[in-house]
Amino acid sequence: MEAEANSGSPEDSWAFIQRPGEGCRTVPLAGHVGFDSLPDQLVNKSVSQGFCFNILCVGETGLGKSTLMDTLFNTKFEGEPATHTQPGVQLRSNTYDLQESNVGLKLTIVSTVGFGDQINKEDSYKPIVEFIDAQFEAYLQEELKIRRVLHTYHDSRIHACLYFIAPTGHSLKSLDLVTMKKLDSKVNIIPIIAKSDAISKSELTKFKIKITSELVNNGVQIYQFPTDDESVAEINGTMNAHLPFAVIGSTEELKIGNKMMKARQYPWGTVQVENEAHCDFVKLREMLIRVNMEDLREQTHSRHYELYRRCKLEEMGFKDTDPDSKPFSLQETYEAKRNEFLGELQKKEEEMRQMFVQRVKEKEAELKEAEKELHEKFDRLKKLHQDEKKKLEDKKKSLDDEVNAFKQRKTAAELLQSQGSQAGGSQTLKRDKEKKNFF
Amino acid sequence: MDPLRQSPSPSSSRASSPRTLSCERLGYVGIEAVLDQLKIKAMKMGFEFNIMVVGQSGLGKSTMVNTLFKSKIWKSTMPGLRVPMPQTLQLHSVTHVIEENGVKLKLTVTDTPGFGDQINNDKCWDPILGYINEQYERYLQEEILITRQRHIPDTRVHCCIYFVPPTGHCLRPLDLEFLQRLCRAVNVVPVIARADSLTIEEREAFRHRIQDDLKTHSIEVYPQKSFDEDVNDKILNNKIRERIPFAVVGADREHMVNGRCVLGRKTKWGIIEVENMAHCEFPLLRDLLIRSHLQDLKDITHNVHYENYRIIRLKESHALPQGPGWVNLAPAPPPAPTGTRASPGPAKMCRWAEDNSDEDF
Repeated sequence: MEAEANSGSPEDSWAFIQRPGEGCRTVPLAGHVGFDSLPDQLVNKSVSQGFCFNILCVGETGLGKSTLMDTLFNTKFEGEPATHTQPGVQLRSNTYDLQESNVGLKLTIVSTVGFGDQINKEDSYKPIVEFIDAQFEAYLQEELKIRRVLHTYHDSRIHACLYFIAPTGHSLKSLDLVTMKKLDSKVNIIPIIAKSDAISKSELTKFKIKITSELVNNGVQIYQFPTDDESVAEINGTMNAHLPFAVIGSTEELKIGNKMMKARQYPWGTVQVENEAHCDFVKLREMLIRVNMEDLREQTHSRHYELYRRCKLEEMGFKDTDPDSKPFSLQETYEAKRNEFLGELQKKEEEMRQMFVQRVKEKEAELKEAEKELHEKFDRLKKLHQDEKKKLEDKKKSLDDEVNAFKQRKTAAELLQSQGSQAGGSQTLKRDKEKKNFF
Repeated sequence: MDPLRQSPSPSSSRASSPRTLSCERLGYVGIEAVLDQLKIKAMKMGFEFNIMVVGQSGLGKSTMVNTLFKSKIWKSTMPGLRVPMPQTLQLHSVTHVIEENGVKLKLTVTDTPGFGDQINNDKCWDPILGYINEQYERYLQEEILITRQRHIPDTRVHCCIYFVPPTGHCLRPLDLEFLQRLCRAVNVVPVIARADSLTIEEREAFRHRIQDDLKTHSIEVYPQKSFDEDVNDKILNNKIRERIPFAVVGADREHMVNGRCVLGRKTKWGIIEVENMAHCEFPLLRDLLIRSHLQDLKDITHNVHYENYRIIRLKESHALPQGPGWVNLAPAPPPAPTGTRASPGPAKMCRWAEDNSDEDF
């Protein structure tokens, strides 16, 4: 019941509680107050909200990523194995709700599809980095919103990246190095040796040493299990020395002795998944789930996400200035940017409008031209038409004249003829002949 | 090992929607261990809690705080030896770290001497609201930084205990005004102070009248109805809501009763035991505040009140005209923005440790 007054030493471990320049006294309690139930209250709240954990499995096709996930979580997750003919690297993501006693876990497993299958693997890491960044971006957008609901937001940021190394027994492939180097500042990388039943024990130790030295030489920061808290420092310390873990995955159960165990059966023997002498699967499960899940999530949030956020905001032009000059710099620069953007938008609009007006003018001019032409043509045709008409009329007139002349002559001739027939008969013959000759 | 549960068939629907799978068909995975990890992390980091007590002088605020946390957070002022009443409302904050069973709690108590003591108490809530908003502002500033700290120090007021004088009638206009304004910004828990001057029947009648008043003026005190998450919460909170406001008595002296040493007030007609449910409802208040709803208070402050403040703040900045130094940030505007600096002259916020009491502890 009696609580001691702590003065001095433990306070440096609660770094945040001591604000510099503040005299924070510890007072002794005269009885049981009851706030030692606080951690339980916190835990109950978290349980009712549920947890969320996102794992990214990066590795070449056929290294056993899906099988390992099935084995880790003791369930059969859906999904068909991928083919080797993918044109590019894609990521496949699935979310599952797991329940164990009263704890609900929203687990998202993201797997690379087609990693390492292409002939040209230069850009293989890009889809992965883009995916991770996209998750950070989504969270950042939610955080920057005015009306946000962060406490019910489904956190999709990747908390742990399991990098599957092919069990060649020699060293890391250059694709592995490049990819891990690109990912180490964005996510917690835990390298594991997949299908490690293909390597013998002695080769395994050499392989692990080679891998670790290569990673160190290339400056790849893999995730180190935290050793600052006394309760887990020891176990984490020893586990750190076993990295990368050599794992085997299997969902088949076989009867060994008198127990059913997960194992893989070969003609020369059976490999037990949960036997620590056979592989490091148990260590991986311990570290990933039972001991450090919370730390992985915290590192993702406080280190990787903050780094991303800082870079993104600086890129967008925000700066933390001194507190006395412009405190609310983020909002101000945001406003400034917004207005700048609006201004640009307006300018563009103006430009577009002007262009539009110009085009319209041009088109109008064109149309006018065409109209004029048409008119001219019309005039010309009309003129032609009139000329034709005139000509025809002239012709008609001349024809009429001729017809009239002919008629006149005809009547004249008939008259003469009638006069001649009265005058004499022989002359009529002549006249007839003449008439005939006339015709 | 947890007993294996009958698992539903896992291969039910499309992979894109989350499905409930029970992962115990083949053994124990160990997801539960994350709860322990959380606990360890929380205990290492420590907890923070900020509480504000508001009420007229003489209602026993300081004594109540001391009784709640069973330690001499404040030296309660005795009448007669008191410093002359402050002419204006001032806010005093004291911070202590208390530890119990490995759990460290950094407790900040803000007192408001001078509240409601003047003849003209108009706008006496402004300094208080200004203080509350200033804490929100501080947190917002930290949150907005590009390079922010891993753990932002939380000085936001998580709970405000409002002391209602035991008149026995109903809430006074000052109480109503204050409660209306404050309930929108912070979690308020009203209590009937110095309840030993009321008999049990008077207490119940007073309580019901207060509840009616609160309902009429749509004042939502903690636990707010609209934030009940599920049925269990509702049931639990309804029970609490029936008893709000609690009739409390504070005492920091111990007396012998039936051979036991209890905290109580000794009067000529008997000893009022603070922790005895038959005498007063102090245990209810303590349980609500500390043992069961502390985390909930913090969560509602963070998820609701702070977010509301943030929305208002961010929207405001959009509406303000641009120009050099256009955002003036120091105290945030009160609910009815006056356009000038929000903490008017009389409000002063200072860290104050009573000068005559340090040596005692």
